Amino acid sequence: MLTSPFVRKPTSVQQVMFTVLVALLPAVALYVWQFGPGIVVNIIIATVSAVGAEAAILKLRKKPVGLYVSDLSAVVTAWLIALTFPTILPAWILILATVLSIVAVKQLYGGLGQNPFNPAMAAYCLMIVAYPSAMSQWPAAGWMDLSTHLQLIGGASLDAMTGATPLDALRTGLRSGAPVSDVLTHDAFGILGGRGWEWIGLGYLAGGLFLIQRRVITWHLPTAFLGGLIIVSGLFWMANPAHYASPLFHLASGGTLLAAFFIVTDPVSGATTPRGKLIFAASIALITYLIRNFGAYPDGIAFAVLLMNLCVPLIDMKTQPRVFGHKGD
Amino acid sequence: MIAGLFRFKGGIKPDTHKNASAGSPIQIAPLPKQLIVPLRQSPRATAECIVVPGQKVLKGERIGLPDSPLSTAVHAPTSGTVVEITPHAMAHASGLQTRCVVIEPDGDERWTDRPTLDFESAKPKEALAWLRDHGIVGLGGATFPSHIKAGVDGGIETLILNGAECEPWITCDDRLMRERADGIVAGALILKHLTGAREIVFGVEDNKPQAIEALRTAIHGLSGDITVIPVPSLYPAGGEKQLIRVLTGVEIPHGKLGGDFGVQCFNVGTAYAVNRAINHGEPLVSRVMTVTGNVEKPGNFEVLIGTPVEALLALGQPKPDTGRILMGGPMMGFELPRLDVPATKATNCLIATSPALFPPPPPEMNCIRCGACAAACPAELQPFELYWFSRARNFGKAQEYHLFDCIECGCCSYVCPSQIRLVDYYRFAKGEIWAREREKSAADAARERFEFRNERQAREKREKAEKLAAKAAATKAKLAATAADAPAAASTDTPAGPDDAKRALIAAALERAKAQKAAVEPKNTDALTPEQAAQVAEADARRAAQAAPDTAADAPESN
Repeated sequence: MLTSPFVRKPTSVQQVMFTVLVALLPAVALYVWQFGPGIVVNIIIATVSAVGAEAAILKLRKKPVGLYVSDLSAVVTAWLIALTFPTILPAWILILATVLSIVAVKQLYGGLGQNPFNPAMAAYCLMIVAYPSAMSQWPAAGWMDLSTHLQLIGGASLDAMTGATPLDALRTGLRSGAPVSDVLTHDAFGILGGRGWEWIGLGYLAGGLFLIQRRVITWHLPTAFLGGLIIVSGLFWMANPAHYASPLFHLASGGTLLAAFFIVTDPVSGATTPRGKLIFAASIALITYLIRNFGAYPDGIAFAVLLMNLCVPLIDMKTQPRVFGHKGD
Repeated sequence: MIAGLFRFKGGIKPDTHKNASAGSPIQIAPLPKQLIVPLRQSPRATAECIVVPGQKVLKGERIGLPDSPLSTAVHAPTSGTVVEITPHAMAHASGLQTRCVVIEPDGDERWTDRPTLDFESAKPKEALAWLRDHGIVGLGGATFPSHIKAGVDGGIETLILNGAECEPWITCDDRLMRERADGIVAGALILKHLTGAREIVFGVEDNKPQAIEALRTAIHGLSGDITVIPVPSLYPAGGEKQLIRVLTGVEIPHGKLGGDFGVQCFNVGTAYAVNRAINHGEPLVSRVMTVTGNVEKPGNFEVLIGTPVEALLALGQPKPDTGRILMGGPMMGFELPRLDVPATKATNCLIATSPALFPPPPPEMNCIRCGACAAACPAELQPFELYWFSRARNFGKAQEYHLFDCIECGCCSYVCPSQIRLVDYYRFAKGEIWAREREKSAADAARERFEFRNERQAREKREKAEKLAAKAAATKAKLAATAADAPAAASTDTPAGPDDAKRALIAAALERAKAQKAAVEPKNTDALTPEQAAQVAEADARRAAQAAPDTAADAPESN
């Protein structure tokens, strides 16, 4: 016998995840336009590894394989890993990272909805610690054809093809004592941020706005993350514009826009209350900025996300909204 | 006067399906072969039966007397013969039985005497008793006795008439407002008089323009502050607290009533019934119900209370692929376990389901904390947190997160992408908490009884000892009197000497025992916090209750 309600909205986890994948498409298209078809190859590799790993471990855990594989959550993780990792990294590292994120970070904690850490970011941190040099090999700006890409991910070493990421270039330049304005003439930089990367960032922005419009995410997280980053980078920049890059540069560089709309917005590992979301995302922005400027890694989003994932239970507990009729309590 | 509308947070917009039955005018349902009238017409009280099998009754004749403050009278819905008085399954998901009067109609529909009441000159107490004796309860679904709600002693500013009817499929209030607006308004004026309210506000969802128009026509030309306000169609706008919020901005917390905040709310159907009772002398023996869903002829019917659901359903002509039958709306109604149950004053709708209209629920997946439920919750709860706590049987935390503010409207279950039947988890948690509280109060009662028994036994022992001592003293005095010739020194010294020595020995032994006990006793019981002390006391009581099975066996009866 059933109990009320007897009707439900035609919605599903699969549909939510599918919407996220659709929202990633503009950025993927711009990625191909700027850097060549390599990213598509990586997305396919990551997707196949993620789905394979998910199916295998679900079977081991004696869970309904079809039901959970078809929810597309593993595919979303795979795409995010492919998009955050360097494209010319050896394929086996990409596969290892994907399998680890599905098996160790997601399924060992209980699978869909149970993981305390963001799977893509945990995989990123694991790999950057384990394979620091491979993880810092980014392609130089410009189109790369398919065969070169395949050679590179097959393990070939083609130094000419790699280049510094904008954040890397900025860090190295500033360490050598040059002012920001000189450093930004480096050919890794474009109009706002990294050459090529700034276009992809616009793709993430478009996808993110689509997700807000479809109510898959709320405005709180992206706004607090971007706002926090603008404020903290703005303060440093105003204090010493020669030594610190502008807020606009930080927005357009690294994984900022990807993180704002697709990483910090992961509901499973993030804060859930309205006030909690603001605190969570703004803290990630602050930690990211500190790592970018004063830490050992050029981009600190992944570490910042993991650190704040740890704080989520506390943040949620301390920011419970007042309920109906108890506003004056 | 209300300046503007307020909003409540959350809410959903499910398909209303109201078009299926909204177009069909109220028809009088034919007399069924038998009427099964439950003596329990509200969840709070059962009326005392005053008829016997074989007795002839008239339509509107009282068959059940209100015998407690929350009870209302029950009446024969038509003229006929009482066949039997028997427990019968009631319209409830549980299929539990309740005492019912079974009446065989004679087909004449002969009314009993119907005196009316001039409510304006009657004493308020008299008018309230009138409502109680005419069986008036809230027809919005909760069947709360109206004489209690209308009997608040002043302080009511606004009287709200709830015509929101936000549940999908249901159209009985819509039709009533369209067709009998004058009667509803007349009832509203009576309720205004009884509550002493300053203004009357009708709240009707804006998807019922004809009902709004009909009410506006009915109030045209009336003096006093009376308005019809269309409210946005957003489920659950018809929830009492939500409607009060939308119309007045007041938020009524869990456990409080509108009366505490100067607002009282009645369903439009209740107002109509009040009018029939006061101005026409008719007790509440019928109500309008919608029969809809997977039926050939969805419609609205005026149905006698006690009509079996199967007879009522037949009026709509269910299609062959009809499955479960729902009573009430699809958001908060329930599935009927059997169809021979009678319609009650709470029955507003019957929905025939089919796999196409109500597909079986997809398998439940894990919660992904997406927060869709929190965004939809009109009580502004965090439903997924309550789900985690209920699932983990962490009932303390669930209560801390305001589990009991949940109104079980179903919005969270409706929007959940993981298809989690969230409301079921809350029902489970609430049930467990209630059961524990009942257990605890039973244990408390047992402990009190046990302590009382101990005290009584100690007192009896003491009294017995005192009595014996008195007796002994009397005997001694007598003996002393008889031995008065013995030397005075000897008679006082001889008994005193050994007695003193004995007493000293006993005292010394007690002292030693005490010291030993103090040395053996574990240290951690020395400085107990009040909570620990309470736990220890509870454990002692439990042990004591187990040791005294006769007292423990009494416990359940104390409920």
